[in-house]
Amino acid sequence: MRSAVGIGQRLPAIRNQGPTAMAKKKKSGTGNGWADGVYRAFIDGGIRQVAYVPDAGHARLIARCESSPKIRGVPLTTEEEGVAMLAGAWLGGQRGALLMQSSGAGNCINMLALIQECRFPLFTLVAMRGEWGEFNPWQVPMGDRTARVLDNAGVLIKPVDEAGRVAETVTASLRLAFSTYRAVAVLISQRVIGYKAWE
Amino acid sequence: MGIAPVARSGKLDRRKAVARILARRDDALLITGLGSPCWDAAAAGDADENFYVWGGMGGAAMIGLGLAIAQPRRRVLVITGDGEMLMGLGAMATIAVQRPKNLSVIVMDNERYGETGMQPTHTHYGVDLSGMATSAGFPVSVTIRTSRALDAFVPTLYEAAGPVFAGIKVDDAKLPMVLPERDGTWLKSRFRKAVVGSLD
Repeated sequence: MRSAVGIGQRLPAIRNQGPTAMAKKKKSGTGNGWADGVYRAFIDGGIRQVAYVPDAGHARLIARCESSPKIRGVPLTTEEEGVAMLAGAWLGGQRGALLMQSSGAGNCINMLALIQECRFPLFTLVAMRGEWGEFNPWQVPMGDRTARVLDNAGVLIKPVDEAGRVAETVTASLRLAFSTYRAVAVLISQRVIGYKAWE
Repeated sequence: MGIAPVARSGKLDRRKAVARILARRDDALLITGLGSPCWDAAAAGDADENFYVWGGMGGAAMIGLGLAIAQPRRRVLVITGDGEMLMGLGAMATIAVQRPKNLSVIVMDNERYGETGMQPTHTHYGVDLSGMATSAGFPVSVTIRTSRALDAFVPTLYEAAGPVFAGIKVDDAKLPMVLPERDGTWLKSRFRKAVVGSLD
């Protein structure tokens, strides 16, 4: 029997062979050119504040917003902060958007009461996980229920699973949210965003 | 200045303290967190530029941030309670990163959940909200315990380059409720009309 690894002794070089290390950051999906279309829709729709909890699927859009002279990017510690913040933005005359991953939807539920009771317009763009070709089982419980949970909280749901339709769905949903004083969530499928290739 | 805003216990009387702060508001905008801060502000006098948050616990400071970014030329005051602030502590980090110069977050800290049976909050056991705000990066953050300290600090709430944080330790007496309007759509439309002029 081999001896255990002693204190101070180097661990055998097996770290690069584990399943986690083998996961490549390569993605499936249809590229992220749709993010540029969403950015243009934000500018055309008068969006001035973009609050976000990062998701890999939103990385390009976040970068575009953060480098924009017209948009104030606001990183959050949790998604419900963004719900409250965008209510305040609207009170002050600015339109905003909230970017999150589907796992963040659950964090917003009670704060959405503020939106529903006051009929604040709210636009959120949700990058889906646990929904199309997912590898990580822990993403499934929230991802599978995101649409139902948001719907139950009074949010209008606009799913989109084709890259070519993301920008137009965002444009239409911004109009819906801000013209009718409603909460609207555009859910971008993992089919569009792509999923991590874990092996 | 009128009589000192002190309760029988020797601690600050929250209602008088809020009245003293708001006496100098000029065109400042006000967000109040749910519960007693709403009653305190309503008792001090209603205004179109008051937005009373009757729910959404933990969101008051973040509503203030969105508003402060949208209205950089006006002072924005958030007056909330210790329980409400504790529920949204991440907001301290988010606000500190954004550094809105025109935002002041004021916590009326009675160390109790006043609407649910006066259970002690974490501040009762020593959690230091103004210390947390300092650590997050608020350039100005204080704990206020006396009438004199309050009077000395009020101008800072309106004039200092923020974000400013003030934790005001107040008496925990249950005061008569002074209820403002509670219809959310009415409150939000009234506020926005007064500040922006339109709902579009």
